[in-house]
Amino acid sequence: MNITRFFIQGNEACARGAIKAGCKFFAGYPITPSTEVAEDAAIILPKEGGTFIQMEDEISALGAVIGAAWAGVKGMTATSGPGFSLMQEHIGYAAMTETPLVIVDVQRGSPSTAQPTMASQSDMMQARWGSHGDYEIIALVPSSVQECFDFTVEAFNLAEKYRVPVIVLSDEIIGHMREKINIPDKVEIIARKMPEEGPETFLPYKAEPDGVSPMPPFGAGYKIHVTGLTHDERGYPDASNPETHTKLVKRLCNKILNHRGELTRVKELYTEDADIIVVSYGAPSRSAITAVKNAREKGIKAGHIKLEIVWPFPEEIIRSAAQQASDIIVAEMNLGQMVYEVERVVKSDAEVSLLPKIGGQIHRPEEFLEMIYKCQK
Amino acid sequence: MEIPEQEFLAPGHRGCAGCGATVAVRLALKMLGPNTVAVSSTGCLEVITSQYPETAWEIPWIHVAFENAAAVASGVERALKSQGKDDVNVVAFAGDGGTADIGFQALSGAMERGHNIIYICYDNEAYMNTGVQRSGATPYGASTTTSPAGKKSFGEDKPKKNLPMIMAAHGVPYVATASISYPEDFMKKVKKAGETEGPAYIHVHQPCTTGWGYDPSKTIELGRLAVDTGAWILYEIVDGEFKVTYRPLQRKPVNEYLNAQKRFKHLADEEKEKIQNYVNQVCAELKI
Repeated sequence: MNITRFFIQGNEACARGAIKAGCKFFAGYPITPSTEVAEDAAIILPKEGGTFIQMEDEISALGAVIGAAWAGVKGMTATSGPGFSLMQEHIGYAAMTETPLVIVDVQRGSPSTAQPTMASQSDMMQARWGSHGDYEIIALVPSSVQECFDFTVEAFNLAEKYRVPVIVLSDEIIGHMREKINIPDKVEIIARKMPEEGPETFLPYKAEPDGVSPMPPFGAGYKIHVTGLTHDERGYPDASNPETHTKLVKRLCNKILNHRGELTRVKELYTEDADIIVVSYGAPSRSAITAVKNAREKGIKAGHIKLEIVWPFPEEIIRSAAQQASDIIVAEMNLGQMVYEVERVVKSDAEVSLLPKIGGQIHRPEEFLEMIYKCQK
Repeated sequence: MEIPEQEFLAPGHRGCAGCGATVAVRLALKMLGPNTVAVSSTGCLEVITSQYPETAWEIPWIHVAFENAAAVASGVERALKSQGKDDVNVVAFAGDGGTADIGFQALSGAMERGHNIIYICYDNEAYMNTGVQRSGATPYGASTTTSPAGKKSFGEDKPKKNLPMIMAAHGVPYVATASISYPEDFMKKVKKAGETEGPAYIHVHQPCTTGWGYDPSKTIELGRLAVDTGAWILYEIVDGEFKVTYRPLQRKPVNEYLNAQKRFKHLADEEKEKIQNYVNQVCAELKI
């Protein structure tokens, strides 16, 4: 395998990762701080036999990606807060119709248009709960340019494997930062599951044991009826039947939740004997790791858990961390979102404190250290 | 024509040197006067006139989101009316992206409902605020960051969406095109729009130094060239009656307009000829 080094932005790395993972379709709409993903895709995709379309808004951007997925092409879009808000109806639709797709959300200061050129992590709960209803999605959070590439590749694979919208929750710092990264000429690609049965007997919404059904594209000879209404295994609306609805929605959730193990992705540092564990994700992890190392040099038993897949939430990891440590510090660039998940899982096993930061800047290592000292007392 | 001295868009805003959008707003507000509420969509104009801790607006102003200038203006107008405040101008300023693309649905609804608003689209033919991406109003051939010129991509490959005519098809009482380089023509149209009962739509063409690639001192000159070559035509439609409001004495070759801008510099002669032929055809129909 050949590896080429690049010195590029996180946003460009997302576009490169997508294309490497087999993405042949990008529909998007300009919005700071995500526009470079679209701009890079506009330059590269036509050369790779792919399609770039600029749509009239974010509602249509995600609509087009859904259409492309059913036409048999891997597709993505990229946006930021206000555009992500406009996409919410389609995210629920994609979850309900099990449409594989990838959304890169480069988070900026919020709410509303707030801080277009500053970073935040304020869409964490929106990524989980933004559309109405009970549903599960997968979300990954990169903390470096290399991870922008790697996690976008991963996002495409998970989208195809579980037939679910996958969200890469980047932020303005990671999106606009330039770092050296390694891009292999080939990456592992998970292909869309195709039916083995013929069109006469195939039921497009009958799940296989893993909870996921194969997905033939339009025009492959299979009868395909795609609807956001509650549907049976044929895909036909059965909207007033409580059993059909319960079975469908439970399956949509469980196909993700039953694979929580496989979908747990964290990086731990010094957690084996830590009394104080810092939990973070994305950009703040960079200064958190520095702070934890500094604390160790001072003889404090500090550790760090970097969440990489945030949805589904890595319950087991956090639970066992809480059983070992006396204190858990949750650092995030919002006024407290993932801390609710941590508290839900930790219960009374450890003291949970929040280290929030808004305004657009990353936490400084000293802020972590100060909090670590406080926990020590 | 008497032009009021009073300004309602203060200087010192953060527009680029040679910004055409602020010229359009400044001239329009002179005609609408102090009894006006302005609504802006997201875009250059919003950003450059509302930089913390200042505002360039001397009248009440609201920015809501990218897609809904016309919807917010509808609400402002209807609520003022419900309180008997019928003498207030409600004007919406939105760029070409906020009008032709993301704001189109809201605009169509407002025109259809017949609100007494003035909607002014300041058209610089791309998303300039986010760094020059194509919009529905980008003209054929123009290179932008999302319609780049290169081996596999030619630049914008579709003609400009004809927004004023789409607005006219809504049957609204007043539709006009204008240019910041023909200020009297534009200001007369704004005045008429303000006096119109019901929706009025003005589409004002304004060169953008950053997005089009030309010397900032040439904004007005370039806008004039657009009109003098027939690439942009000044007309109005009053109660369905179409009238060209300015005819250049002798139409200049469209190359004079294209060659003055970086966004067209990749075009081969045959492409420029195609553009000339298209302009000729439109002008022939209108006897320009």
